[in-house]
Amino acid sequence: MSWNRKHLLDIQSLSVEELRIILSTAAEFKRVGERAIKKVPTLRGKTVVNLFVEPSTRTRISFELAAQRLSADVVNFSAEASSLKKGESLKDTARNLEALNVDVIIIRHGATGAPHFLSRFLSASVINAGDGAHEHPTQALLDVFTIQEKKGDIKGLNVTILGDIQYSRVARSNIWALLKLGANVTLCGPSTLVPRHFEEIGCKVTHKIEEAIANADIINLLRIQHERQRQTSFPSIGEYTSLFGLTKSRLETTKKDVLIMHPGPINRGVEIDSDIADGDRSVILQQVTNGLAVRMAVLYLVTGGRGTQEIAPASA
Amino acid sequence: MQGKKLVLSESAIHRALVRIAHEIAERNDQSSDVILIGIQKGGTHLAARLGAFLAKIWSHSVPIGAIDVSMHRDDFSAQIPGQVHPTTLPCDITGKTVVLVDDVLYSGRTTRAALDALTDYGRPKSVQLAVLVDRGNRELPIRADFIGKNVSTHPKERINVSLTEEGGEDAVHLVAL
Repeated sequence: MSWNRKHLLDIQSLSVEELRIILSTAAEFKRVGERAIKKVPTLRGKTVVNLFVEPSTRTRISFELAAQRLSADVVNFSAEASSLKKGESLKDTARNLEALNVDVIIIRHGATGAPHFLSRFLSASVINAGDGAHEHPTQALLDVFTIQEKKGDIKGLNVTILGDIQYSRVARSNIWALLKLGANVTLCGPSTLVPRHFEEIGCKVTHKIEEAIANADIINLLRIQHERQRQTSFPSIGEYTSLFGLTKSRLETTKKDVLIMHPGPINRGVEIDSDIADGDRSVILQQVTNGLAVRMAVLYLVTGGRGTQEIAPASA
Repeated sequence: MQGKKLVLSESAIHRALVRIAHEIAERNDQSSDVILIGIQKGGTHLAARLGAFLAKIWSHSVPIGAIDVSMHRDDFSAQIPGQVHPTTLPCDITGKTVVLVDDVLYSGRTTRAALDALTDYGRPKSVQLAVLVDRGNRELPIRADFIGKNVSTHPKERINVSLTEEGGEDAVHLVAL
């Protein structure tokens, strides 16, 4: 047991042991959520700020509830109603929050490396809740937690991530976590959204869905990130669905015990058939439940005392 | 290590636990109400051993649980976050007599955290405390009901409890740091 990090900035820099510490801690926090009294006093007196410069509902609510269940006070900060709109820099916004003696800043930002940037000058802990197309560490943690819960050891499992990989921070964080834990990762989607260079870090890349799902133990579907694409990467939604949508007939070609995952929000009838999303192989709602446990574990670990302090890498 | 003194040998640990089991039996007429709950991590094996002795004395099995106090500690901000171990309670603790079991009683802060954690699960009729070693130096108004051995110690000394369940041999040492 050696957790010495003050921040959770990305999955890429975590060791396998650190990943396992988060996962085992999350298992105990999940049990807290199943009790009659779902709250523990661990972070009593601490203040957590949700600094969401990019809009989010589910991640923000999950972090908010996680902090509340640890007895912390939570302040929500959204870009639309803030001084960022008036031209204040991110650094000044964060410094102002720190002047109020907050203990944890959870940041979502459209720019890659924004959490790393904050961590270099803030004395508060920084948690990355999604930075541009870079990483979304807690989403990957809840995904591997869910896989581990359903399948046991992740080592040797065939995990297919299907959809928009290029613009997806969820995909990047998942790839790092899965590779570190020993899974075989296959990426699939239109060639414009699934570039071959992911093969360099150890993933298999294919542009044929049949090939990607045939031997999969887990299929993780990603939403098309319209907001992050500079131009249209495929002719039409209809064409995407016909080539890469998970339909009932395609599901019949998979392993019988395949798990269907999706980080949400789902576009029913686009990347996933509505019946499959609600079907018995889908663990989409369990992912939401586990997200709360994982975020409690992360808040617990980063706010605890520590020996030596980590220094964020200069290049993010 | 400058000095290491044996405080309890294997047979002394055995005798102390047998005696504590008899004391628990003597104190609690309603044997069916008693639950043993070991404090993670040191107390869980001792709770299991006491449970086996009590089962012989009472001729019925005794529910045994474990409680983790890391989410309830008051020194959370000062220490590296400890590994969170499972809390497993065999039944509803409301109305029961809970005997908390720990290896070493020192400042009393772990016991306080355990009492706090217990209230999240229910309202026991009473809570008693059994410890293998009481090393003094209390920082809170807490005392044990059942004590294996009182050892007078200095804060700079440490009590090392080693048990066969953890892969060592049964022994308690006083270590000077």
